[in-house]
Amino acid sequence: MSQARATFINVGERTNVTGSAAFKRLILEGDYEKALEVARQQVENGAQIIDINMDEAMLDSEAAMVKFLNLIASEPDISRVPIMLDSSKWSVIEAGLKCVQGKAIVNSISLKEGEELFIEHAKKIQRYGAATVVMAFDEVGQADTEDRKFEICERSYDILVNKVGFPPEDIIFDPNIFAVATGIEEHNNYAVDFIEATRRIRKELPYASISGGLSNISFSFRGNNPVREAMHSVFLYHAIQAGMNMGIVNAGQLAVYSDIPDELRDAVEDVILNRHDGATDRLLEIAPKYKGDGQAVVKETLEWREQPVNKRIEHALIKGIADYVVEDTEEARLQAKRPLDVIEGPLMDGMNVVGDLFGEGKMFLPQVVKSARVMKKAVAHLEPFIEAEKEEGQTNGKILMATVKGDVHDIGKNIVGVVLQCNNYEIVDLGVMVPAAQILQAATEHNVDIIGLSGLITPSLDEMVHVAKEMQRLDMDLPLLIGGATTSKAHTAVKIEQNYEHPVVYVPNASRAVGVCQQLLSAENKAAYASKLSQEYEKVREQHARKTPRSQPITLEQARANSAAIDWQAYDIPVPKQLGVQSIDVSLAELVSYIDWTPFFLTWSLAGKYPRILDDEVVGEEAKRLFEDANTMLQSLIESQELKAKGVVGIFPANRVDDDIEIYADENRGDVAYVAHHLRQQTLKNKGVNGCLSDFIAPKSSGKVDYVGAFAVTAGIGEDELAKAYEAAHDDYNAIMVKAVADRLAEAFAEYLHEKVRKTIWAYAPDEDLSNDDLIREKYQGIRPAPGYAACPEHTEKQTIWDLLDVEKHTGMTLTESYAMWPGASVSGWYFSHPESRYFAVAQIQQDQLEDYASRKGWSLEEAEKWLAPNLSL
Amino acid sequence: MIEKTLEQLQQSLNQRILILDGAMGTMIQQYDPQEADYRGERFKDWPSDLKGNNDLLTLTQPEMITEIHEAYLDAGADIIETNTFNATTISMADYDMQSLSREINVEAARLAKEACEKYTKYNPSRPRYVAGVLGPTNRTASISPDVNDPGMRNIDFDTLVEAYSESCEALIEGGSDLILIETVFDTLNAKAAAYAVDSTFEKLDVRLPVMISGTITDASGRTLSGQTAEAFYYSLRHIKPLTFGLNCALGPDLLRQYVEEISNVAECYVSAHPNAGLPNEFGGYDLSAEDMAEHIGEWASSGLVNIVGGCCGSTPEHVKAIADVVSAVKPREIPDKPVKMRLSGLEPFVH
Repeated sequence: MSQARATFINVGERTNVTGSAAFKRLILEGDYEKALEVARQQVENGAQIIDINMDEAMLDSEAAMVKFLNLIASEPDISRVPIMLDSSKWSVIEAGLKCVQGKAIVNSISLKEGEELFIEHAKKIQRYGAATVVMAFDEVGQADTEDRKFEICERSYDILVNKVGFPPEDIIFDPNIFAVATGIEEHNNYAVDFIEATRRIRKELPYASISGGLSNISFSFRGNNPVREAMHSVFLYHAIQAGMNMGIVNAGQLAVYSDIPDELRDAVEDVILNRHDGATDRLLEIAPKYKGDGQAVVKETLEWREQPVNKRIEHALIKGIADYVVEDTEEARLQAKRPLDVIEGPLMDGMNVVGDLFGEGKMFLPQVVKSARVMKKAVAHLEPFIEAEKEEGQTNGKILMATVKGDVHDIGKNIVGVVLQCNNYEIVDLGVMVPAAQILQAATEHNVDIIGLSGLITPSLDEMVHVAKEMQRLDMDLPLLIGGATTSKAHTAVKIEQNYEHPVVYVPNASRAVGVCQQLLSAENKAAYASKLSQEYEKVREQHARKTPRSQPITLEQARANSAAIDWQAYDIPVPKQLGVQSIDVSLAELVSYIDWTPFFLTWSLAGKYPRILDDEVVGEEAKRLFEDANTMLQSLIESQELKAKGVVGIFPANRVDDDIEIYADENRGDVAYVAHHLRQQTLKNKGVNGCLSDFIAPKSSGKVDYVGAFAVTAGIGEDELAKAYEAAHDDYNAIMVKAVADRLAEAFAEYLHEKVRKTIWAYAPDEDLSNDDLIREKYQGIRPAPGYAACPEHTEKQTIWDLLDVEKHTGMTLTESYAMWPGASVSGWYFSHPESRYFAVAQIQQDQLEDYASRKGWSLEEAEKWLAPNLSL
Repeated sequence: MIEKTLEQLQQSLNQRILILDGAMGTMIQQYDPQEADYRGERFKDWPSDLKGNNDLLTLTQPEMITEIHEAYLDAGADIIETNTFNATTISMADYDMQSLSREINVEAARLAKEACEKYTKYNPSRPRYVAGVLGPTNRTASISPDVNDPGMRNIDFDTLVEAYSESCEALIEGGSDLILIETVFDTLNAKAAAYAVDSTFEKLDVRLPVMISGTITDASGRTLSGQTAEAFYYSLRHIKPLTFGLNCALGPDLLRQYVEEISNVAECYVSAHPNAGLPNEFGGYDLSAEDMAEHIGEWASSGLVNIVGGCCGSTPEHVKAIADVVSAVKPREIPDKPVKMRLSGLEPFVH
């Protein structure tokens, strides 16, 4: 085997937009730099030839081929190997041939369109100086049996060698590898057909090579990589012996033949060599055992493909299988009177089943999003036909969605959008950071029925109030939906609803959105629903007004008197090992072990603590699947390096002055470079203190030398581009997934960096040795509160961190006008090292602190009210 | 006629090492032509400076060019090169003389042909041949002119094919016996030239022997566009050249190992015409005729070459010395290489 492998040419396959979603994304986004990285890695990993394919409907394939090849020419690490120009379009191949100085391989030509064209192309290939792959394909079709494969190759060879004068050693036949064990009997002999045809070609057609795309063979075992790898290995073992000497092979997807357990190898060999009728069933039976994590593998045969087209569409929608939906939709379209009938018939029927299952709690959000992906693909296929017939589809309504100005967070908004789409609402998504004027203008232009606003950070609440006021001013009458992590029924009732005389509805989560929209757009129910809503909000307002504070407010002076009493003289303040700013580079792979998964499941509306959630009776199965998809995404992000993490950290000399922290330019402490402002809890504490983060820093008056740290990290460099590419491919599931994963990585980065600060940078706990669990439970000394969150809720303080660390220069992270961090998957905060430092919520403050804070920040009272709104009584 | 030329040539190549001429530019420099000489009567009012446009001298100082050709023929050259190194439309654009490209190529071939016919007539047992030269042009199809934009190109394959086709057709019309694609520093340019030559042959229904000669730019052993000598050969072997070899950039001492590399793999005759050493601080070349001949004599006796001559800095004196030293040495035998798929990137890939 090892010797056979030595004579086997390994063609790298990842620079192929039809085979690699990651590469396709990079090319569609124009990120050629990273695309080159993919090519480089392939060569580094041992590809002897690289296959380049730019066949994608959304691309100018010729231009993309030329551009990529020109760039490769400047990269000696890549261009040292020959190139395989892969396209089904001759024009793309020819454009490629004009860019390579080496001797390349054309992939491919065939007799599919007749002898004349075949000869013309072969002559040109010869003149350009390239070898060529010849597919076993003729005017009749693709060869499936051994005889057909051989006959077509023999005829092609004869034409090439004898008519064209093409060198036989420059001919590489691809006799078509097809999937076996599909459950369809005629497919059972496909591997044998290939192997035997190969043997004959090598014997009868001297000097010609044999190649093929290996992964096809194991197509029916997608999801079970160990079995797939075993199939690849067994197939290659026999095909190489028969004379296959080249292949498009993912070396990482190849088991070592002799390492395959006997039982599995026998079963696989039976299938590949078609040794008995029960071979497929036998392999299906034992396959689950070999699935890496020991989970039962879902038996995925192609039996459902035998059902009538409507049933197939329903199956694809429920199972979220996008692979065949375009061809099925096309089949349904040909059967239907109008293309629109396909949407209103089988597709909507299927989605109704999905909707019902979701409503009954039998399907979960991630599955619904996958179903939506299938639906979108189908609709995208039908759209040109529908447009051609100038028909208007009947939707349940048109809903505009936007993340408001100053805010970049959109995971929640996108999920709501997908759920609504699944329920046949048309979504006009304006994206993130959308100013009020633009939202309202688009609402008019698109003639929408409802406007939905989303936001994650507290300043977004104000922006939503602003949008509501504008709608009132412009005399609009559209219902307004409010959603997002910081929004609440109380805020909506007290601050927004009163400003707009038409319905304003707080939507707590995605699954509620459909019901709300149905009510709002129902001619019969709307009025009743609206009046019920306004009564409800009135009640909330009354309750809110009547609400006596749970704890009694005290004056700022009283609160300060009850501050944490740290005995600074008795405390030996740790001197940081490394002072000053440093940027931090870390690979995603290093961050994985720091991930806290629990919030990830919450993002997808699956409640429960990780890892227990995986065994949860109700959501366990779906949680497992989701977790698997997340890990697949994570792996692909790690491998492709399409998502990057960057961070910056700094420890500075500092002392407390009242509730502020003075940060000094250097250890002389004469020059105050920056001042960090903090807020103090202002309610009566019977036990405990009135916390303020500044208390954890030694006061200037103590004469003690102290320090404060700051950091900003992101794991979102590239997330927007990735998400957009998925969206462009009608794949909302992965668009949301990539951001959800990036969010987790950013948090993991913060955890990772905090540990590094404790152990090596500040190094006050060099010997700390905690498990990931303990890290998540924060069982370490010191805290890292983030501006905008409970202990330091005022967002503009992020600017101080940005200035202090020169965050933008080090990481590319920026702040919006509402002080949201971009990219979305970002974390920034302060480091306090004192053993007594802890998190708390500032919560409500009083007028005296508002005024005091305004004067400390140099703000007008109005400005202070704006930024501290969430901490003032509503 | 052409079949006869090829037959004679092949016969000679199997019998002895043939001699290619030496530098044209070096010889022209010795005449020290001035702006007015370049212009002649015909171009006295041409709007741009013409000094340095050596290929134009074919039209304005034909006697000078003929004298140089004859000097090399006297020195013993079997094959002389047309004065067309920069005569493509692309290079001529530097002087706004694209429109003269065709005429220069035809005339240059005609001058060389006249000289050859004169010497062949004088000694029919020693026929002389004209190699119509296709130079590299001043642009590169696989290298960006802008370091900050590696994907950029200031020339493309099709433009090169068009320019080379025009030159090639003109060189054939003027009477060239062979086509020499030389001083290849970007293989993609040469592939375009080969494509043009092949298409032109098909168009005119003739097939001249083709010589290809590349340039290893420095001690890295690579062409300017990054290929090793062997990879370079695999990129161009499809047009079935009569000879394949190297010229320019290096003196014979540094060039030897790469000539050997080509000699080991080429399934055709091998040519080499190195510089007379490396340029000195005044831009001149110092390697004496004897020293150069000594090196090349050693290549010949080691069985590396079939055709030898000189490039920059070489003179009829060098060529004569070389011709003398190799005259009695057996030419290289073409090796019998196994049939294999021979691909290349920057490096060779044989399977």
